[in-house]
Amino acid sequence: MKTLIRQARILNPATQEDKKADLLIDGETISRIESSISDSSAKTIDADGWWLIPGLVDIHVHLREPGAEKKETIATGTLAAAAGGVTSVVCMANTSPPIDNNTEIEFILERVKRTGYVRVYPVGTVTKALEGKEIANIGSMVDAGAIAISDDGRNVTDPLVMRRAMEYSTIFGIPIITHNEEHILTDGGTLNEGKMSMMMGLQGCPAEAESISIARDLILAKKTGAHVHIAHLSAAESVDLLRFYKRKGVQATGETAPHYLLLTDDAVDGYNTNAKMNPPLRTKEDQNALYEGLKDGTIDSIATDHAPHTIADKNQEFPLAPFGIIGLETLLPLLLGRIRERAGLDLLSLLGLVTHKPAAVMNLPGGKIEVGGPADITLWNPDPTYSINADHFYSKARNTPFHGWEVKGRVEATFVAGRQVFSYGKTERI
Amino acid sequence: MTETVNRRLIMSAEDIERTLRRMASQICEKCAGKNLALVGVRSRGATLAQRLKPLIQDMTREEIPVGVLDTGLYRDDIGTTAVAPEIRSTDILFDVEGKDIVLIDDVIYTGRTIRAALNALIDLGRPDRVTLLVLIDRGHRELPIQPDFIGQEVKTYTRQKVAVCLKEEDGIDAVYIVENE
Amino acid sequence: MTEWLRKDCLGLRGVSREEIELVLDTARSMKEIHTRTVKKVPTLRGKIVANLFYEPSTRTRTSFELAATRLSADVINITTAQSSVVKGETVPDTANNLRVMGADAVVIRHNISGTPHFLAKNTSIPVLNAGDGTNEHPSQALLDMFTIREHKGCIEGLTVAIVGDILHGRVARSNMWGLLTLGAKVRFVGPPTLIPPGVQDLGVEVYHDLDKAIEGVDVINLLRIQRERMTGNFFPSLQEYSRIYGMTMERLKRAKPGVLIMHPGPMNRGIEIMSEVADSESSVILEQVTNGIAVRMALLYLLIGREIESDKPHEKKDLHTPTLFEN
Repeated sequence: MKTLIRQARILNPATQEDKKADLLIDGETISRIESSISDSSAKTIDADGWWLIPGLVDIHVHLREPGAEKKETIATGTLAAAAGGVTSVVCMANTSPPIDNNTEIEFILERVKRTGYVRVYPVGTVTKALEGKEIANIGSMVDAGAIAISDDGRNVTDPLVMRRAMEYSTIFGIPIITHNEEHILTDGGTLNEGKMSMMMGLQGCPAEAESISIARDLILAKKTGAHVHIAHLSAAESVDLLRFYKRKGVQATGETAPHYLLLTDDAVDGYNTNAKMNPPLRTKEDQNALYEGLKDGTIDSIATDHAPHTIADKNQEFPLAPFGIIGLETLLPLLLGRIRERAGLDLLSLLGLVTHKPAAVMNLPGGKIEVGGPADITLWNPDPTYSINADHFYSKARNTPFHGWEVKGRVEATFVAGRQVFSYGKTERI
Repeated sequence: MTETVNRRLIMSAEDIERTLRRMASQICEKCAGKNLALVGVRSRGATLAQRLKPLIQDMTREEIPVGVLDTGLYRDDIGTTAVAPEIRSTDILFDVEGKDIVLIDDVIYTGRTIRAALNALIDLGRPDRVTLLVLIDRGHRELPIQPDFIGQEVKTYTRQKVAVCLKEEDGIDAVYIVENE
Repeated sequence: MTEWLRKDCLGLRGVSREEIELVLDTARSMKEIHTRTVKKVPTLRGKIVANLFYEPSTRTRTSFELAATRLSADVINITTAQSSVVKGETVPDTANNLRVMGADAVVIRHNISGTPHFLAKNTSIPVLNAGDGTNEHPSQALLDMFTIREHKGCIEGLTVAIVGDILHGRVARSNMWGLLTLGAKVRFVGPPTLIPPGVQDLGVEVYHDLDKAIEGVDVINLLRIQRERMTGNFFPSLQEYSRIYGMTMERLKRAKPGVLIMHPGPMNRGIEIMSEVADSESSVILEQVTNGIAVRMALLYLLIGREIESDKPHEKKDLHTPTLFEN
């Protein structure tokens, strides 16, 4: 099976190349990239005016299977990824039961094989049952296919447990993804502590609760030599700490999410549970620091922290509604239509934050376009303007604060391993 | 479209003045020696009560208490309007018990306001007698209520409005019939 | 003329000066009824007010109940101790059950901030916030402002000190919104542990020294200090709190002549307020209670005394749409 994509603007962040050319997919790989290719046996897509970019790599996704299939499944979550131009997702371990042993890893990979649309790389837990007490069977999970470990959703509160987990993880050379939050300081808070928590009469989470915890893990990473990847950076001081320890040579990486780059805590006003996530939306100053961090390379990646919930979950009193918002289907439109304006980054560097850089952080293939490499490709039409409509999402969930936002450009087609898994307006909803 | 086309003068300032004098002496005649008190219905009934007070006192040589009644809390259309009607205070500082009260309003139409006013008044105590004075009776009653003292009876259509203007509130004394179309 | 066009009364944040004044003016007319021998008017005859209290509160509930009955409305009282509230039914489900049984308005008190706002989005009948978590208590602030206005003529230009637990204080928040809107200066007084971050941005002056804070103020509103705050290390002991922030006669004597002492109740005599202060000439604490009924009558009247489309099933908005509340 061959597919010829003609005359797309090929953007390859890994090599900083930006050129108009033909690209031929043969089987699962990219076989040729030339200024003009003719192959009558190939299915041809005229992509003149479109961009051809590496399939996106989202290293922070909650697929909710097993245990919370009413929120999302591997099938719906990966279809949402495909619709968003994302060809690789790293899925978090805080399912029910948690992914804390090799059987669960095998279960995920089996479900992906049978129902998935894109590549899924599972994360195993740091501690058994996410309890923060005993470290999980990390080696068995890695053997079964886990690419990282994380207790995401909760901090590993005990510093000794964290130290041991870091030390142990170095055997396998896998990153440990941290959810940084000093729970005693957040103490039941549900939004950023500041003017907005005052105005809404709610208990806030101080930014320091995140930064203090990050400081601990970076210091431990320095001691243990583990690769610490800091998830969902949201606070200015957290960025400063990561920058400081990176300069010291600590093997640390970090990610932030589109919502931290585009929204502040003002968005939760009116008890808007679709703007409630953990860590919470913070202030303009924090946001500016995140952009600085992207610009100087302190922050390696933008990941969605796609966290689906049902409408009933979110239609509750603000403190009772669960944390989290979805992001797979809005990542690229927001990145190119909204974040680009403020980031001050060139197009290729910006795309690098969602392609080869996150792939490198998690030691994954993909995120680049190369002859002989996997044909994970997204075709992007930069022209159409429209407003984001959550009712049209492929995800089961609707919990986004970006519903109604005007954006420009859409995903026209997504290829995973040479197979077209999404085509705008054509893919049947499952 | 202009105001002048749409409204017709039915009482001038002099007419109002003369009518009030006449009604003041009618009140004195009917209520002489009684425990007289005036209660005006907000807002123009209250203004009329204030005007009648000196006219009556000139004849009776007695101090007559005057109060203001707001009927808002007693209306029968509460809960049917887009906005709750404005409520203003009732200021009746004398005891209504045993009084001979003249209830005063500018216009009587359906009779509903007076019904509300009577209920409001009775909630304050038990007057000996209540009589009703209006400047204009425009007909179209929806309740069996008739005034005792009438300034002028006017034939009207329901589509029309009777506008009583008083100096204290409107800067001019005049009564008009306004075409409401 | 100002009109009350909101479906609900959820708080004083964002409520205009004209609207607040309309409530206070209406309350003034309502207060007259209190002086009568027959303390009842037929205004809301046939209407039903549901008091939905998820937190114990004798005084606010009684005040709302009296307000409703003086306007001839019928009252249903539902408290956490009773019925389905404890069975895990959602607040909108409970309220909408009451609605289809004929309730024309819900007065709600809840320990979670924002619950009245959440309910208001999910029911068609008016919702009146009688205190939500640590957020707002609008009827209390309105009665406080009503009382101040009765004594001082107007609110604009006055300085009001609010003393105590501001962090968890819904009375403090509602007073802040209302007083700032009406042009008063607001001072928050208390230990830094009990002052929420971000208040200075709203134009409030923060004091940690009570003696300095009450210099030149026209009103001192003393908040009830909750014993359970001690466990959160907000202050070490009631004795120490009382020594630093208790309102004593000596302090009162140094305040501006004519200063009003207010307290939303119930008072901890000898802790945040000394008995002599509570019973002094400056104290208007009992008047606040009386005025509370008039203010709540005004609120009930303005919310229910007009056409409410309570029979139509509520049309749910897009739940994922990030809407602010219309009011």
